[in-house]
Amino acid sequence: MIGLGFVYAVAGAAFAGFALLAAIERPRRLANAAFYALIASSFWLGDRLGDVGNGVLVLALVAVAASGRMTRGQASADPPAPRGAGLFVPALMIPAAALIGTIAFKALPTLVDPKQATLVALTIGVLAAVATCLVWLRPGLATPVREGRRLMDDVGWAAVLPQMLASLGAVFAVSGVGEVVGRLAAYAIPSGSLFGAVAAYAIGMALFTMVMGNAFAAFPVMAAAIGVPILMHGFGGNAAPIAAIGMLAGFCGTLMTPMAANFNLVPAALLELRDRGGVIRAQVSTALPLLAFNIVLLYAVLR
Amino acid sequence: MLVLAGIAVIALGFLLRFNPMLVVVVSALVTGLAAGLDPIRILATFGKAFNDSRYVSAIYIVLPVIGVLERYGLQARARALIGRMRGVTAGRLLVGYLLFRQMFAALGLTSVAGHPQTVRPLVAPMAEAAAEAQAGSAGEAERVKAMAAATDNIGLFFGEDIFLAIGSILLMKGVLQGYGIELEPFQLSVWAIPTAVAAFAIHGARLLLLDRRLARSG
Repeated sequence: MIGLGFVYAVAGAAFAGFALLAAIERPRRLANAAFYALIASSFWLGDRLGDVGNGVLVLALVAVAASGRMTRGQASADPPAPRGAGLFVPALMIPAAALIGTIAFKALPTLVDPKQATLVALTIGVLAAVATCLVWLRPGLATPVREGRRLMDDVGWAAVLPQMLASLGAVFAVSGVGEVVGRLAAYAIPSGSLFGAVAAYAIGMALFTMVMGNAFAAFPVMAAAIGVPILMHGFGGNAAPIAAIGMLAGFCGTLMTPMAANFNLVPAALLELRDRGGVIRAQVSTALPLLAFNIVLLYAVLR
Repeated sequence: MLVLAGIAVIALGFLLRFNPMLVVVVSALVTGLAAGLDPIRILATFGKAFNDSRYVSAIYIVLPVIGVLERYGLQARARALIGRMRGVTAGRLLVGYLLFRQMFAALGLTSVAGHPQTVRPLVAPMAEAAAEAQAGSAGEAERVKAMAAATDNIGLFFGEDIFLAIGSILLMKGVLQGYGIELEPFQLSVWAIPTAVAAFAIHGARLLLLDRRLARSG
């Protein structure tokens, strides 16, 4: 059955290719190469390394990232003649494949793992798009890997930060952080009040996101504190809107925090604003009403 | 209560500008120790969760495709789409960009635009030029440029969750799986649509108010 194994084989190959080019092409970027090689190992061998082995792999990734030796991508040399609007076709093949595959693979539960239908379909879309580019544009076999690596270099260690924050969430869960936050929240929520619980959940998501700089880190904590025990089990609410709207309430917090540096501080520098907080200031008046909207929406759905 | 020390580590670490990867690992260590876990158990918990959440990083397989297409002028094509809107007011230009950004993000094309790629070279200068024509002076340039960056963020955040395979959708799926709740990405992404519409309405209205402000200051 085709499932995550297939997705990870392709992802591992992509990162192995990035690592190889970073190691052999001039100028050599050994830190970048080591970082990508570790990610490729994680995709290919992660299930055989054991839990402690994976922990050591994470420590190695952190050591490379914290060394400060990783460099950003360089603009690609001598670009070929630009093409027309046909370029949108391979770009749109990926989301189209993800959408169609998600629906179509439901009919083939023996061929494709139904739980991973979207990721498998997306991977097939990527392979089809790469093949289309190679045949149509004839850029040479190494070009997709080289151009992918250029973009990956720009993303840098930030690429695995979401995965790191998800893992931090797991340690928080084992340590009972959600329960502690939940107990604190219980003082604030009038018992039996659905609106109070929804408001505490959504505002908690926004505040926690502001501290952590990322809604990814806030979600596991607030899910454990209020989302799962109070909204899903206590009030019997539907899990999908609770999760999705909670995450969007967190995004409202992202708009209001300097911790989300790549969205709020970097552009202020790029645009040479005198006020480093100028972008945040421009966003607050959208973020607060939108947070209120999310609270009312979730309340209306669960009522 | 002591386990909340890990949250303080995060806040302090970011404030003092340590590498975020390092801050996250130290926070995990502090939190685990405060809860009475031994270091090997913390390492194993972190490693297992890292391995279990690899699908969050699988999305980077799209980069080779986007990279090749950019090499052949995808960005210029996307810019041409925006460029046709020249001649409108700063507010309307940014409303158009907001719609473009939300729609492309909803299709998973999050890296077609962004602060370095489109806002600095294109959207901010165009909005600034339009605002100058409206107000007759460059007095509001700071506000207009900040609004251009804000519009990019809002379009991205409240568009991308409609796409099925974006990191945050996959993260929610993974976390809920831990509670024995099985959800398909599609069920989650549908619930991003009402907020996407509200974000467009709220931020769009603010952009049109910006036009009125510019007209008054002229």
